[in-house]
Amino acid sequence: MAASAKQLKKYRRYRDVMTDVLKRGAAVYKNKDGSEQLVIKSPYTINYVHSYASDTRFFLGLAQNRLYGSECKGCNYVFATPRSHCMFCGEPTEWKRLSTKGKVHSWTTCEFGGEEFLKETPYNLALVEFEGADSLFMARLKECTVRDIYVGMPVEARFAKKPEYLVRDIWVVPSGKKPVKRTARKAVKAKRR
Amino acid sequence: MVSGGLTKFAKAHPEMDFRYMVKNAYDYAMKDVPSLEKKDIDGSRISYFSDHFTRQLKAASMVQDYLGLNPKGSMRIEWGGATGGEAFQAGFEAVASGRMNVCLVAGFETMSRVQTWKGNEFIALASDTNFDYPIGGFYSGYYALMVTRHIYEYMRKSRFAHVKDEREAQRLAIKEASRILSMVSVKNHLNAMHNPYAQYPKKLTVDDVLRAEMISYPLTREMICTMSDGAAVCVLASEEEAFRLTDNPVLIKGVGCGTDTMRLADRPFGEVPLLKHESREDYEGLDYPGVHSFRAGRAASLEAYERAGIEDPAKELDFIELHDAYASSEVQTYEDMGLCKYGEGYNFVESGAPFLKGMDYGFPTRNAGQIPINPSGGLIACGHPVGATGLMQAVFALWQLQGTVKKHFGDSTLQLEGAKRGAIHSHAGTGSSVTVSILEGVN
Repeated sequence: MAASAKQLKKYRRYRDVMTDVLKRGAAVYKNKDGSEQLVIKSPYTINYVHSYASDTRFFLGLAQNRLYGSECKGCNYVFATPRSHCMFCGEPTEWKRLSTKGKVHSWTTCEFGGEEFLKETPYNLALVEFEGADSLFMARLKECTVRDIYVGMPVEARFAKKPEYLVRDIWVVPSGKKPVKRTARKAVKAKRR
Repeated sequence: MVSGGLTKFAKAHPEMDFRYMVKNAYDYAMKDVPSLEKKDIDGSRISYFSDHFTRQLKAASMVQDYLGLNPKGSMRIEWGGATGGEAFQAGFEAVASGRMNVCLVAGFETMSRVQTWKGNEFIALASDTNFDYPIGGFYSGYYALMVTRHIYEYMRKSRFAHVKDEREAQRLAIKEASRILSMVSVKNHLNAMHNPYAQYPKKLTVDDVLRAEMISYPLTREMICTMSDGAAVCVLASEEEAFRLTDNPVLIKGVGCGTDTMRLADRPFGEVPLLKHESREDYEGLDYPGVHSFRAGRAASLEAYERAGIEDPAKELDFIELHDAYASSEVQTYEDMGLCKYGEGYNFVESGAPFLKGMDYGFPTRNAGQIPINPSGGLIACGHPVGATGLMQAVFALWQLQGTVKKHFGDSTLQLEGAKRGAIHSHAGTGSSVTVSILEGVN
């Protein structure tokens, strides 16, 4: 509910206006030039009905612990991130099951992010060279930190036990890492807090 | 180009909506050329990047309406971060094709309407939403992925080639490159101290930049531009019309545009498209572009240089206003634009070439003034209201080439003496699209 005109608070700092507007629905900004501006909250939420269209097999594959890329039979180019048509010759590609072992091509550790992912920071992103593929694949790199990662580091894919049918159903970890048990992971999280 | 106008770029302009901001910039541009009247304008090209930020579709139509330009023709231009640069070239095309004698190009963005992290999310929706966004992808992360590889290719393999331990060599390379990227941030923030339109002018040290909050390793907050509210306007005219309106127009000598794949993961590993002063042997064994370089920036430069008759840009350009959304992308862009060869970007910074002469940056800048890059302060210090940014560069370049910086800034420090030819460079997400335009003084 928006506050009534009498209850509206006035602020000299725009940051304070934003905070109050998001909490109470409206506020007034006292501008440096002496003018005043009414600022209101304007919410916007939506659920899209989204088809994966010709990328469907890739996402269904993740739910079966399988990584699918696509291959152009004309160029013999293997796309680790699938495309239904070859970007070089334009021919339709064929699905190809890929190795889940690879190397880090490049990486970063995100300490900040979009609103949806802020609670997950810090997290690592990596571009991965999967064995036998010609192009790269972007994924979360888990179970290691900024101190451990380097270009060329061997990694292998892991798949979500319960698929969300999102690309994050697959991620990579340093090769040879034993699967972290659920209880152990919880303990690590608790310790971090 | 006969005139330009800007609003001051700011975190928020609650006293002006997007139409009012454009009107401010428009009034300034009209006033700067007294003989120019509204009836002279044949139509417009209007740019803004995100309908998410405006939450008002067809906002460009509302600008056309507010400026009182109905029923003249108009078109909205959107192309991610390069929106402003694309709009500039669309205006150029409208005039060069003979469709218009005078074209108004206006751009704006109002990014203060959501909190920064929501803004990051909106901008991240300009990456592949099936494959890149759902893993927590966002733009600072993508640019960090690119510079990590750039550092590996060009710093690890050169200055630290002698270090045997791979991890240690990469650590040292990142540390060394971060120091050099910080010098770029120091430069742009300090230049902006003399630009009244800039959002974040300040005197920083390399240590300040390195110690700022880490956003996406190895990029710190001071190496990254911020979100802004702002508007910019350019008036373009045919040669005949330009000289009727003013005795001090600037010639748009050549334009170029290039593109690349939306997903970083799809970037191929091929050969460098060569500029005239490069040879195939320079790049033996280099897989290009991969994710270390912007192939779109190279393609745009090739086209623009060809049309402008430029063979060695570092010698034939007097300054460049380029798209430094990240200190890293400024260094990568030196190489794409051929100011130095691929792999020499870090050395180029240390040589001092892109710095202004006579400024004290707090470290030696031996070749300062050779080819000043972002004399205005660039995106890092001026701000980045996306749809206005590429046009802001055009306005700064116009004033630079007219020799009117003092008139517009009230400070002549940034006026480059004898600047005859400059380039502006606008760049969309991870280099998925880049424009380069070459401008020349005619007096």
